[in-house]
Amino acid sequence: MNLLVAQAQQFEAPEILYGAIAPVLIVLGAACVSVLLEALLPKHQRWAVQLVLSLVTLVAATGALIFYATSDRPEQGVATLAGAIAVDTPSLFLWGTLLVLAFGSILLIADRSVEPGGVFVAQAAIRPGTVQDRAQATKTGMQTEVFPLTLFALGGMMTFVASNDLLTMFIALEVLSLPLYLLCGLARRRRLLSQEAAVKYFLLGAFASAFFLYGVALLYGYAGSVKLSAIASAAAGTDRSDTLLFAGFGLLVVGLLFKAAVGPFHAWTPDVYQGAPTPVTAFMAACTKVAAFGGILRVLTVAFENTQWEWRGVLWGVAVVSMVIGAVLGLTQTDVKRMIAYSSVAHAGFLLIGTIALTPEGKTPGVSATMFYLLAYGFTTIAAFGIVSLVRNSDGEATHLSQWAGLAKRSPIVAGVFTFLLLALAGIPLTSGFIGKFVVFSAAIESGLTPLVVIALVASAVAAFFYLRVIVLMYFSDPAPDGPTVSVPGAFTTIAITLGAVVTLVLGLWPTFVLDWAGTGTFLS
Amino acid sequence: MTWVLIALLVVPLVGALVVAFLRKDDKKAKLVALAFSLVELVLAVLLWTAYKPDGDRIQLAAGVDWIPAFGVRLSFGIDGIALVMIAVIALLIPLVIGAGWTEKLPAGRSQGGYLALILVQEAVTVAVFAATDVFLFYVLFEVMLIPMYFLIGGYGGARRQYAAVKFFLYSFLGGLIMLASAIGAYAMASDELGKGTFDWATLVKVVSDADATTQTWLFLGFFLAFAIKAPLVPFHTWLPDAAAEAPIGVTVIVVGILDKVGTFGMLRYLLPMFPTASKNLAPLVLVLAVAGVLYGSLLATGQRDMKRFLAYVSIAHFGFIALGIFSFTSQAGVGSVSYMLNHSISTGMLILVIGMVIARGGSSLISDYGGMSKVAPVLAGMLLLSGLTTLSLPGTNSFVSEFLVLIGSFPTQPVYTILATVGMVLAALYVLWLYQRIMTGPLRGDALLGAAAGPGAVGDPEKKTTIGDLSKREIAVLAPLVVIVLALGFFPQPVLDVITPTVGATLTEVGVTDPVSVQEGK
Repeated sequence: MNLLVAQAQQFEAPEILYGAIAPVLIVLGAACVSVLLEALLPKHQRWAVQLVLSLVTLVAATGALIFYATSDRPEQGVATLAGAIAVDTPSLFLWGTLLVLAFGSILLIADRSVEPGGVFVAQAAIRPGTVQDRAQATKTGMQTEVFPLTLFALGGMMTFVASNDLLTMFIALEVLSLPLYLLCGLARRRRLLSQEAAVKYFLLGAFASAFFLYGVALLYGYAGSVKLSAIASAAAGTDRSDTLLFAGFGLLVVGLLFKAAVGPFHAWTPDVYQGAPTPVTAFMAACTKVAAFGGILRVLTVAFENTQWEWRGVLWGVAVVSMVIGAVLGLTQTDVKRMIAYSSVAHAGFLLIGTIALTPEGKTPGVSATMFYLLAYGFTTIAAFGIVSLVRNSDGEATHLSQWAGLAKRSPIVAGVFTFLLLALAGIPLTSGFIGKFVVFSAAIESGLTPLVVIALVASAVAAFFYLRVIVLMYFSDPAPDGPTVSVPGAFTTIAITLGAVVTLVLGLWPTFVLDWAGTGTFLS
Repeated sequence: MTWVLIALLVVPLVGALVVAFLRKDDKKAKLVALAFSLVELVLAVLLWTAYKPDGDRIQLAAGVDWIPAFGVRLSFGIDGIALVMIAVIALLIPLVIGAGWTEKLPAGRSQGGYLALILVQEAVTVAVFAATDVFLFYVLFEVMLIPMYFLIGGYGGARRQYAAVKFFLYSFLGGLIMLASAIGAYAMASDELGKGTFDWATLVKVVSDADATTQTWLFLGFFLAFAIKAPLVPFHTWLPDAAAEAPIGVTVIVVGILDKVGTFGMLRYLLPMFPTASKNLAPLVLVLAVAGVLYGSLLATGQRDMKRFLAYVSIAHFGFIALGIFSFTSQAGVGSVSYMLNHSISTGMLILVIGMVIARGGSSLISDYGGMSKVAPVLAGMLLLSGLTTLSLPGTNSFVSEFLVLIGSFPTQPVYTILATVGMVLAALYVLWLYQRIMTGPLRGDALLGAAAGPGAVGDPEKKTTIGDLSKREIAVLAPLVVIVLALGFFPQPVLDVITPTVGATLTEVGVTDPVSVQEGK
């Protein structure tokens, strides 16, 4: 007994800066409440209550974030929870990005006007193709668990980008991944495709997590600590085994690159993007990308900056492979969701260029550039998937490209907005996509990566071809006689698409204020 | 008078917006679009009077900050070359609208949409010539592709999708490589000045002192974009497709205006920013230029399709322009710039006349026509005149430019100049042969006699054909061009006066002096 008391007295409770981590706490807390609501509320009330709870949570978390960011906080950031979480300017910027992007995604998830009852299955456990399955396809209920699952994933992402040690990072990775695996399998239509996507994502994701964890173990063996700053200082004194360091680094990075869908670790992306319900695809494409690249940025900048000359060549090659895979395989796609998936692989290559743009003087021009790119890309993608969810025929979404022929004649506004978004993805000036590319490429040239930038520019031109092909189909081809109809979007989808398109335009015309926010601070080290 | 330049940028955009709302009423849309394009023409005349040839390097400058983080400004201003190009745009657009007055658009397309795109194209192209910030220039260089992409892809011929995408991708790729160079220049400026900028005048100062290797790389980035745009052989293959598939008015814009951005870019960006590289790499450009002259001329001779013929004629002419620019004498430089103007006018006229031929016969194949002068003598006369100015007959505007380019280039580049002169001979061949096949001899050809006559049938002159001569509207469209062709042929001085100081300033920036004294020849 005395021993226990003595131990408890030795144990010092870590200091917690509640103000700093309030946004994460709000999101995770609301996720727990949301699970309880799912258990306690009668079925017909759940959708409305869950939706309101989710939106209020996001607004409250954003409010807490703004309050903390504008308050008198230390400029270089603070570490809290015994140094497990770092709240610095990049953390705050990425949190803000995640929260707004999640807001758009939740709106898409909540929409029930395009497909009666929403795009989610009523009971996920029913086997595809059975009588019950056909019956549930016509019912209007849906599994409202998507809301808590989304909030948990979001909480995981926010923790992930702020993790200051590798173990916290691993836990956050699992918290963000597990709900996503489930969400992928919840499509109401094409259940088999959806379930296949979920299983594929889960199995490959589990492998990637294992790689990540193995990497953490080796790095712990090298540095004697899982803290990012401890790894950096261990690598500065060079009497230890480089094998451990670089093997650990390699395994760790493989896990991260998998989540970010960087080629050649992209194999899951097209299948999962295609099979998952479109709002979930939008959420994954926008938010997971932000989280994964936020994590990569922090790890590379804080823990491995000293050793950049050893690993930069490797990631240089990975970026090239990713851009080439995305641009070239994107050319051959006939499904619009798969096409955007390959486009996201190409974009991951561009983003990776930004993350490795570190200069020897310790400057990190790539950090703010990459964060801006993530924000811009996220909004464009959400709006693009919002549009994809509108073009439908009797079997659900008409994602085959041939069905998009002549769309501009039937619905000029939808075709016009989608054209604008495609031009943004291609990086045409006056869209946020161009400014994003521009800042990333100038950061890269500043840090001596000019050949890589030239390769990236050529890849952009190749990728432009498949975006143009869709525009050609929509505008210059005659409509198919039994083509799809464009659903009139409900308020939620309309808001999400408008939000995405407007941000894409505004950041293309006046990027200054966001560039300023993104560029104000560096990672806490 | 700065407001004139701003108004030139804004008026077509406002016009486009108004016209876009008139998609239901084709007639009204045409009238409104024509009115806006005429306002633009008046503004261009005002701009010409406001420009002082012996004044500052960049005049009527105006600008506001756009992205301060990168020192990017929305800044505009003109020099003599930009002034001439803006004037010719303002001149050609009303003529294009007039020439297309009765043209039938593909099913389901409205005049409102078509004309709105044309006006947007006008605004963006004027802005490209007026931009004095390298970043802004790049942005407009790429944005310029979007309306043109929809013009070719939405309103063109059978293979319009292919042509539109090819046009877009070629120019887009060139532009992206230029962007890399522009960022490189920006990085140099930010190293040297402590703060990055894209201001043209500042970058000229910073980059022109760089070592030869850096300059060479940056030069190549810009050059690729301009060589695709201009187009120089072997980067030209998009032009024949685009010109052949675009509706005729759009062909005028592509060949007459858009392509000039390439040669304009060489004068405004390549020479002043990279003087050392320009001199070192001049042989490369000259080889491409002369190859363009000969290759374009030969292929023009062999074309069976009139619109593709026009594309190859232009490729030959762009060879002459590039030759003049990279010979580094003020005479050749002045010749090149006036060639840019005169090519727009002569080739623009030739395209419009050929468009009128095609509008009558409904085919662009030369073999579908023959002996047309019997039924359309005025049209025949116009084709002959526009053809003669294209082959630079003395007394027409193009002669002055081509002659200046050749005598200006000879002192520094005799071999290339002699080779290019062969192009003049070939020009006579392809123009006169085209005229002969379409206009002279007995009335013949499927397009004129109707398909019922069967292939190769020779009709008798008595046989009625539905083909008529030029209408009053068509004469009104061509009349201003006829006047300008002859006026500039005999009295080019007003134009040369505007151009000469700017060309002189450009050559000073390159740091070359004329080997023989020009202008009056001491």
